[in-house]
Amino acid sequence: MSANVLNEVVTSSEQVAAEPVGAGRRRRRRLSGWHFVLLPIAILFLIPFAQMVLASFSPAKELVGFPPPFIPSHLTVDGYVKLFSQTDILLWLGNTVIVSLAAIVSNIVLCSLAGYGFARLKFAGRNFGFLMILATIMIPTQLLMIPTYILFSKLGLLNGLGAAIVPWLATAFGIFLMRQFFLALPAELEEAGAIDGCNRWQIFFRIVLPLARPALATLAIFTLLGAWNDLVWPLIAINNQHAFTLQLGIANFQGAHLTDWSLVMAGNVVATMPLILFFLFAQRQFIATMTFSGLKG
Amino acid sequence: MDDTTTLPAAPGSTPGSTPDAATKRRVRRLLGMKSAVTGWGFVAPATIIILGLSIFPAGWAFLLSLQSWDGFSAATFVGGANYAELITDADFWNAVRNTFGYTVLFVPASVLLGLFLAVALNRRIRLMGFYRTAIFVPFVASAASTGILSTYLFSPQFGLVNNVLRVLHLPQQGWLDDPHQAMLVIAIMSLWGSAAFTTVIYLAALQDIPTELIEAARIDGASPWQAFWRVIWPQLAPVTMFVAIWQTIEAVQLFDLVYTTTRGGPLDATKTIVYFLYEKAFHTLQFGYGSAAAYALFAVTLIITIGVVVYSRRKGLEAF
Repeated sequence: MSANVLNEVVTSSEQVAAEPVGAGRRRRRRLSGWHFVLLPIAILFLIPFAQMVLASFSPAKELVGFPPPFIPSHLTVDGYVKLFSQTDILLWLGNTVIVSLAAIVSNIVLCSLAGYGFARLKFAGRNFGFLMILATIMIPTQLLMIPTYILFSKLGLLNGLGAAIVPWLATAFGIFLMRQFFLALPAELEEAGAIDGCNRWQIFFRIVLPLARPALATLAIFTLLGAWNDLVWPLIAINNQHAFTLQLGIANFQGAHLTDWSLVMAGNVVATMPLILFFLFAQRQFIATMTFSGLKG
Repeated sequence: MDDTTTLPAAPGSTPGSTPDAATKRRVRRLLGMKSAVTGWGFVAPATIIILGLSIFPAGWAFLLSLQSWDGFSAATFVGGANYAELITDADFWNAVRNTFGYTVLFVPASVLLGLFLAVALNRRIRLMGFYRTAIFVPFVASAASTGILSTYLFSPQFGLVNNVLRVLHLPQQGWLDDPHQAMLVIAIMSLWGSAAFTTVIYLAALQDIPTELIEAARIDGASPWQAFWRVIWPQLAPVTMFVAIWQTIEAVQLFDLVYTTTRGGPLDATKTIVYFLYEKAFHTLQFGYGSAAAYALFAVTLIITIGVVVYSRRKGLEAF
């Protein structure tokens, strides 16, 4: 972490994410008994993904044969060829990337502004406004589906990408996260900025925001996971194949291509692999996000 | 730090003028307005979007729940009739039973699994990085993806699970095609995807427990097993309470995985409350009836949460 000013919560979750210090250096002669527990569990947890990748490269006929072979006779990219030629997977991938990027950028801008306002500025209605936002966390999404559907239909937003983007423009979680971060930030830096003649906006954009990178990373991952994987809302709001997100597209495979498992699994790989790879590269940040999304309760 | 301190010069307080009480009041009002404009300038965009897409629809949903409306013809006000119908609707009670069954299956399993994995992962041994990654990575799998994997792995004809049973000479199962097993499969796959969350929460809590406590217990002659249940487990009580409530709320809202695996079948065995309200609202276009079901669900969630919080307060477990 480059920034030395970290939110208490983010730092404590970083500790969870961090590898135990000196794990490699401390060589033990006796093999820990925990390996006999953890190795089977780890393999069990990886089996679904391994099966997904293996099936996507298997000949479609073998996957539904009886008895099904554990290992395919040969590997093939037929599933992917059919996926890209017979479905709109690339269009859906593009849609999902657009929705996720829009959600991330919008959340970073709007939630950090609001989080800073609620944490640092004094103005009439501040506490009431923040309480209302906290209260929305209690409202289950199922309660909002029907009226939001009617509202979007009146606004003409249904069946387009806008329908998938608008609910993700700002999140209560994001505001809460950023407010917590800014509350923990020492005020001296901002006071120095004020003495140098910066106004609130300049202080925010030049001094505060660059320090907020760890919290912004958490917010970006939270938003990415939510927007990329969202299924229920696009399912309700988007009925037009051209505006499908990846999740909607592959969820619809089950009806359309049920017999062709190599194609279905190839689609699943395309939809899931970006997040898996991202997780492997930024595991610490993902775990920090998980911890924080738990602590908000 | 007060916002007013950063203002270059307050209007009305030009040097030389002698500020009397009225001017002071005016200055204060102007400063208040200025800080309100700045403050709301920061928070208004996000606040309007969030409240506009939650508080406003939540109120609207309540009005809808008192109406009979299909979205096209004129809505008629029916008062509490939707709620009354709900109470006598056998389909709804079937959904409540299924949701309850799933919750009872999923929540204890998810708490115990998270606790167990956290204890297992909270040590310094080789390969720990690999173990953690393997257990945490399913967290990124979407409901659509998990649904496809469930259907594939648990297929009665060609699924890996039955294939392994066959090799071990154990009886083949119907899994998602069997009304008695479908919910179990959904619970297993939910556990796979959510274990990371409960594990990470417990892991954070375990690392907050002072090691002196455990050392003291060990010095007093406690076995590791005793030290865990007598010293560590009580320390984890607030976290356990939190995780249990969180997972219960998740469980009673189960929808995605049902949609992507069984779509409520076989024989309505996996039709949950949210699946019921989804069908009512978006297949048969009973917006009023669906909203009533949504409010019933909201009420149940609130009652569970409040009940558990009150219970834990009484028992002296300060989780919240």
